[in-house]
This record gives sequence, C-alpha cells and structure tokens, in this order.
Amino acid sequence: MSKSINIVESTVVPINIENIDTDQIIPARFLKATSRDGFGKNLFRDWRFENDDENNPKKDFVLNNPTFKGKVLVAAKNFGCGSSREHAAWAIKDYGFDVVVSSFFADIFKNNALNNFLLPVTVSEDFLQQIFDAVQKDADTEIEVNLENQYIRIVSTGAQESFDINSYKKTCLLNGYDDIDYLLSMKGEIEAFETKKN
Amino acid sequence: MAKTLFDKIWEKHVVKNIEGGPSVFYIDTHFIHEVTSPQAFKGLEKRGLQVFRPKQVVATADHNVPTLNQHLPIKEELSRLQVQTLQDNCKKFGIELYGLGHPYQGIVHVIGPELGITQPGMTIVCGDSHTSTHGAFGTIAFGIGTSEVEMVLATQCLMQSKPKLMRINVDGELNKGVVSKDIILYIISKISASGATGYAVEYAGSAIRNLSMEARMTICNMSIEMGARCGMIAPDQTTFDYIKGREFAPKGDAWDNAVAEWQTLYSDADAKFDVELNIKAEDIEPMITYGTNPGMGIGVTGHIPALTEIDEKEKVSYQKSLNYMGLEPGADIKGRKVDYVFIGSCTNSRIEDLRMVASFVKGKKKADDVEVWVVPGSKQVEKQAIEEGINKIFEEAGFILRQPGCSACLGMNEDKIPAGKYCISTSNRNFEGRQGPNARTFLASPLTAAVAAVTGKVGDVREFI
Repeated sequence: MSKSINIVESTVVPINIENIDTDQIIPARFLKATSRDGFGKNLFRDWRFENDDENNPKKDFVLNNPTFKGKVLVAAKNFGCGSSREHAAWAIKDYGFDVVVSSFFADIFKNNALNNFLLPVTVSEDFLQQIFDAVQKDADTEIEVNLENQYIRIVSTGAQESFDINSYKKTCLLNGYDDIDYLLSMKGEIEAFETKKN
Repeated sequence: MAKTLFDKIWEKHVVKNIEGGPSVFYIDTHFIHEVTSPQAFKGLEKRGLQVFRPKQVVATADHNVPTLNQHLPIKEELSRLQVQTLQDNCKKFGIELYGLGHPYQGIVHVIGPELGITQPGMTIVCGDSHTSTHGAFGTIAFGIGTSEVEMVLATQCLMQSKPKLMRINVDGELNKGVVSKDIILYIISKISASGATGYAVEYAGSAIRNLSMEARMTICNMSIEMGARCGMIAPDQTTFDYIKGREFAPKGDAWDNAVAEWQTLYSDADAKFDVELNIKAEDIEPMITYGTNPGMGIGVTGHIPALTEIDEKEKVSYQKSLNYMGLEPGADIKGRKVDYVFIGSCTNSRIEDLRMVASFVKGKKKADDVEVWVVPGSKQVEKQAIEEGINKIFEEAGFILRQPGCSACLGMNEDKIPAGKYCISTSNRNFEGRQGPNARTFLASPLTAAVAAVTGKVGDVREFI
C-alpha cells in the first residue's frame, strides 16, 4: 500500500450508477482471504465478467473498455453503501485507483478508504455531472486532485471545485500517518480514562 | 443543557477531543468474527502488539460457516482456513471464542444480546455493518472496517467524528399483520438508502415503545440500510426485563446499580435533533422490496413505480435495477412467483421470528415448487425452537431447519440462491448478487415470507389472519 497522497493528475474511469454497494465492489465470496492483498482482480467481479468467467468479460462494463483508464474512479451518489467490508477499499486501491469521486459517500466506506490512503472526494451533483459530461465527450479528459489545497479540477475545461476534509485526516494522508500510530501514542491517556470511568 | 440519549453515551466515552478532527472514542465491547478480523490480527503481529483489553473482546464464527453438518470439518478449504485462523488468533491473544460446536455460537448480533453482553449505555463495535442492532438496548453501536478492528484490538479506541442526530418517531397502533420489519422497510422506503447517512438515529414513539426487544433489534439492525452511523432506542422496563438473568448480565447489587444508571439513558424532553421525522404507525402496511437496494420498498398491495414516477437522473440506475430483478416498471408485486424462502440473518432469526413463522404455518404445507430454509440465529435459538416443538411444525410443513450462521444472507458460505431465482428473504440486503450471483431478492418480514412459503407467491398476510 502506497502511503501518503497529495496531488493526483489522471484520466478517469466513470461509473454513472447510484448506490454502488460494497457487495458490487467485491462480492462476499471473495472475502475468504486472510491477507489484504490481491483483491483488485475481483474488483466489480460480477459486473465485469459473464457467469463469473474471467475469460468472458462483459463488453459494456467500463473496466473492460480500454478507452477508460486512470487513477481516479468517478461514481454517482451514495458510493460504498452497505457492508462494512474494508476489502472494498483494498480492491479499489489494489486495482490501481488513488482517488474516488462521488457526490456522496457512505460513512463506513469513507473511513475505510481514508485508512488505506484512498482519497474519497465529495463534489456537488453539478460538478459530478460536469465530470461525466467531459469524459463522455473526451475519454482522455484529465482530472487534477490537490489534497493540500483541497480542490478538484477538470483540466480541459478549467472547472474547479473545493472539497472538504477534516484537518486531522488531511495531515494523516499528506504525511502517511495511520490512526493506529496516533492511538498507540495515547495509551497513557486511555489507561487514565479507564481508571476514571470505572 | 438538555441532552439526547446519544449525547449522554457519547460524552462518557470521549477520551480526548482533537481540534479540527475526530475524537479519541472509547469502546466498551468489541465483537469479532472470522471474516473481518484476520488482517487486523496480522497487523498487530506485524507491529509486535498484544490485544490491549482481551476481556472486552468476544468472538464467534458466523459468516463463513456451513449451516448443515456443522460437526464435520468445513468442506471448502478457504472457509475452513479462515475459521481456523480465528480460532488460532483467539487462543494466541486470549480472546473468548464461541466457535462452531460451542453452545453459545451464532450470528454475532444475535448472541451479544442473548448472552446479556450487550447492555444499555455501552459503546459497541464490530467489523460488520449490522452492529447497529445492539442500539436497541440504548447503546452506541456501529460497524467498522478491518483497520479499525485493529485499532480497537490495539487500544480499545477509535478516531470518531460525532455524527448529526436524527429522531424518528413512530406513533400509533400497527395494523394487523404489520411487524417491526415492516416499520423499518417503510422508513427506508420513505427516506432512501442514503437518507440517514451521517446521522445517528434514535427511534422513539409509542409504536416503538410497544415492541419487544427482539422486534426493536430488527429495526436498529437495518439502520445502516439508510446509511445511518447507528440506530438506537432508549432503554426501558422492556429492556431491563430482557437482560435480567442472562449469562453476563449484572447480578445482585450490581444489577440494581446498573438499572439505576440505565434509567438515566433517554433524550431529555427539550433535547434538540438536527432532523426529526414523524411516522403514523397506521400508514404502514406489510412491506416488500422490488429492487436492488433496501430503499426500493413498497406495500405488498402496491405497484412497482412506473418510469414516469422516477427522477430523470435516477432512471438509468432504476432501469438497471429492474432489469436485474426481471421486473417491469408499473407492475404489481403481489402474486409474483417465488422460488426460495429464506428465514434467518441478524435481522430476523431470533426465537420470536421463528415463533411468528411457526404460528402461521402450523398445520399447513409449503408450496410444492418452493424451497424453504429456516436458519436460527444461534445455538440457543435452535435449542429453544426444538424445546418448543417449532422444529416439528417446520418439518411437517416441509421446511428445512438448518444450523446457526449468516447463511443465505450474504452469499459467502455454501447457502446461495441459484442465478435467476427469486428468494423472499427476511434478511437485510437485496443488492445484486447478495444471495448468490444473479440471485433475486425480495426483502420482507417473517410473516410475509411465511405466506410465500405456503403459497409460492408474494402475498398479503392480512388475507390469511
């Protein structure tokens, strides 16, 4: 897993579908592994392949269309709803994406993404539509995502929007810090809290 | 200042507030299972860490277990390895495991409450989104990812931002044939699969108060299906009566002290919520879903929305969903053929659910062309069902009573619905492929599922009672 993230400039893979749940991102039957690696090959498994057959890709699905590639996945609202499986974030990251753009993310997915240095960028419905339109017109459309300055830009049109992220998480992502490192540094305070609580 | 139920529990568990960021939030009880924990234990080992508070962690095997012949080794190699890995990790790190063969084994959200581990005022997490179930006891309970499982194992804490607060009041009398599953399916159909994202939801009102603990659990369980961070119900006498005497419930003086504390857990009269919704219990009819997210629900006598009723921007997703389901916009749902009936999952696999189904099917037979699986939520539920003779009623009806586990809720273990087949299911998700590749799911209450078991079709339970 590559740690720390700041500026990503890339073409995009668009999936203009709402409510993409984590069962679509990685079906449960692929959750039997005991390591974090290798989930990318089963990303969107049942949308990608006919009858679960890797030799039989569904031609109309975007991941099977060589026109669309890049490090930025763009999807319609309520992305990552459903199961808490972090395997969904692992699969997206392992496939090669660094950023997911949507107008709305499910809570648990968003946390899981952040914990894996996969940046979820929430944009307005209008801006999301602008991205879909731009990519529809020209598949080579590039998107620039700048975490430090908190903006996302469609390079060809110059359209730009700022996005929110809490400052703690931003620092973590920019510097490659994990929550767990921070929590471990709090052990003394946690023990004191326990004593007081009981 | 007036406080909500959520505020009261939240404030007692904040170790530290960080400026511009989340809080260091203390977790009382951590449930783990075989699927979302192995990578967390691996992470601990990589860092050379121990489990910080092993006595506050409880483990079971549920997602990836077979529901027939549980005494035999698990056939599928990867599943067997995953269950074995949980066993090894629990042994190594000193965690209590209610694994296969243990009289307490079962679905994690069934066993926590039934053992009295889940208690009002607690903070509870698990690497499973349906952890919201435990909120029925007046807890802050939510699902987490595996990195967070690792954090809680290592420090008993998480970094959490305080969510916004929503209260949903359901007042009045429920119509006959309408049960708690219908209430929550109705709410989600009104506010959509993302309508509560970013919120902690408190359910209140007379119709909620009148529910049993098991019925309340069904409601809180599905809070995540509208995106809520958690769902909760203030504890009351019904809650205390349910907990009293259970294995891990406080005893003697500790019980009295606990109840006194629990009685302070309610939203003050003038507490403020960011959003408040009011629902009339009388408006709810037996519900069923027709699409591929839990927000796509209608009353059983209703029709699937026509394309003209769908927002222009949502039409592509809507049509994709109905294509998957093999259903036409504008069509009736009642009378649709059903191939499988699944009664189980952390939503509806408790003894009251099984009793509800049994009371309906007693003396009846299942329809010839329907397969009916009943999967109890735990070994204790299974035992109780046998003691009450419910297993006999099911046998006579031609149902198969299987052994405890998540089963056909998630298409992970052996129990899958075949491609193209329709399953009426008491579980919580109707996502594409959820019950198996290309399987089609209708979510409904145990009663509506029982009607389908007997008639082979989607029907209106009110015509039978």
